[in-house]
Amino acid sequence: MISNDLNIFLILLSAMMVNNILLIRFIALCSFFGISNSIKTSTGMGIAVIFVMVMATAVSWPVYHFILVPLDLIYLRTAAFILTIATFVQLEEMFIRKMLPSLYRAMGIYLPLIVVNCAVLAAAFLCIDYSLGFAKSIVYTIGVGSGYFIAIIMFAAIREVVDRAPVPVLFKGHPISFITASLMSLAFLGFKGLFGL
Amino acid sequence: MSQTRFRSLLKELTKGFIRENPILVIMLGLCATLACSTSATDAFGMGLAFSFVMLGSNIVVAIIRRVVPSQIRIPVFITVISTFVTIVDYTLKAYFPALSQSLGVYVPLIVVNCIVMARAEAYSSKNTVMASLMDGIGMGIGFTLIITLIGTIREVIGNGTMFGHQVMPARYQPFMIFILPPGAFLVIGFLMALHRKFMITFYESHR
Repeated sequence: MISNDLNIFLILLSAMMVNNILLIRFIALCSFFGISNSIKTSTGMGIAVIFVMVMATAVSWPVYHFILVPLDLIYLRTAAFILTIATFVQLEEMFIRKMLPSLYRAMGIYLPLIVVNCAVLAAAFLCIDYSLGFAKSIVYTIGVGSGYFIAIIMFAAIREVVDRAPVPVLFKGHPISFITASLMSLAFLGFKGLFGL
Repeated sequence: MSQTRFRSLLKELTKGFIRENPILVIMLGLCATLACSTSATDAFGMGLAFSFVMLGSNIVVAIIRRVVPSQIRIPVFITVISTFVTIVDYTLKAYFPALSQSLGVYVPLIVVNCIVMARAEAYSSKNTVMASLMDGIGMGIGFTLIITLIGTIREVIGNGTMFGHQVMPARYQPFMIFILPPGAFLVIGFLMALHRKFMITFYESHR
């Protein structure tokens, strides 16, 4: 279990490997199956997710601790977070388009998709649920994002090979992808118990 | 209500069961489906929570569809959905604390559950309240049906029980793997293949 007294390295490792957001926690699977056709798009998406996720936690953590808690409005958490994150991603998109055009070309089309990516919201919620401090929340989010990055790239690589393999008609496409994911998840389960996490 | 109108409403209702099943065909909302199906009870609870949000948001979105300017429709829909999610979240916490505990972060995550948003955007924002109501009920039932089925399969094979009651013989060695994450992917993969088989057999044109 993750808590605030865990050291930074263990939080990172736990978020990235032991509790991998895609394969163990099943969050953000829509994008996982939707856009993992090629390694190239997966890389773009992975980078965009890490970036947005860290920024979103950096915004939502203060919103929760400095606005919602003092005003006793914790029950507005869901609405407040999703609106903050959606607005923020929009601003971020405008900023990147203006200031960093090359980065925008690399991850531009993925940014709007991320608003509805559950992983971003989930990371923000989990930081609150585990009652992590600000710095540790950021580290945790980096871990979650990297976990997403690693898993989606590995999955895209496997899918490129599977697409050329002779798969029974009934399993072609999505069913075989799920079975692939199942085997990958089995492999990630092997990290369980590492350093007592 | 005329005969044809009734029939078309009925069609809206039943399309979510098999033909346009939210999980197996539209393939959205997978997080909740896979994460909350370790036991049949959890799965059923998640199904009901989801159906309530789906139904509520579908109706409200259909009612306000003419009032909301199209540029800001997405934030408005999200606010509507998150209101219903908050209601469900706090109701579960108050009356079913054990269920709320085991569903955990996945209840607030219904808000970004793509099916709810997708139905609001693709269906309720363009259709009448009555049709949206039917669509909501149909999608809710379709979702609950499949998630409960997955939950039951995983619980029976992985733990030898169904809704908490022992169903397998006492000597049965449960395959733990089915209640662990890999089992979820495996079960849904096979269900999808089965669904495809069913479609090919019964709706020949549908490929």
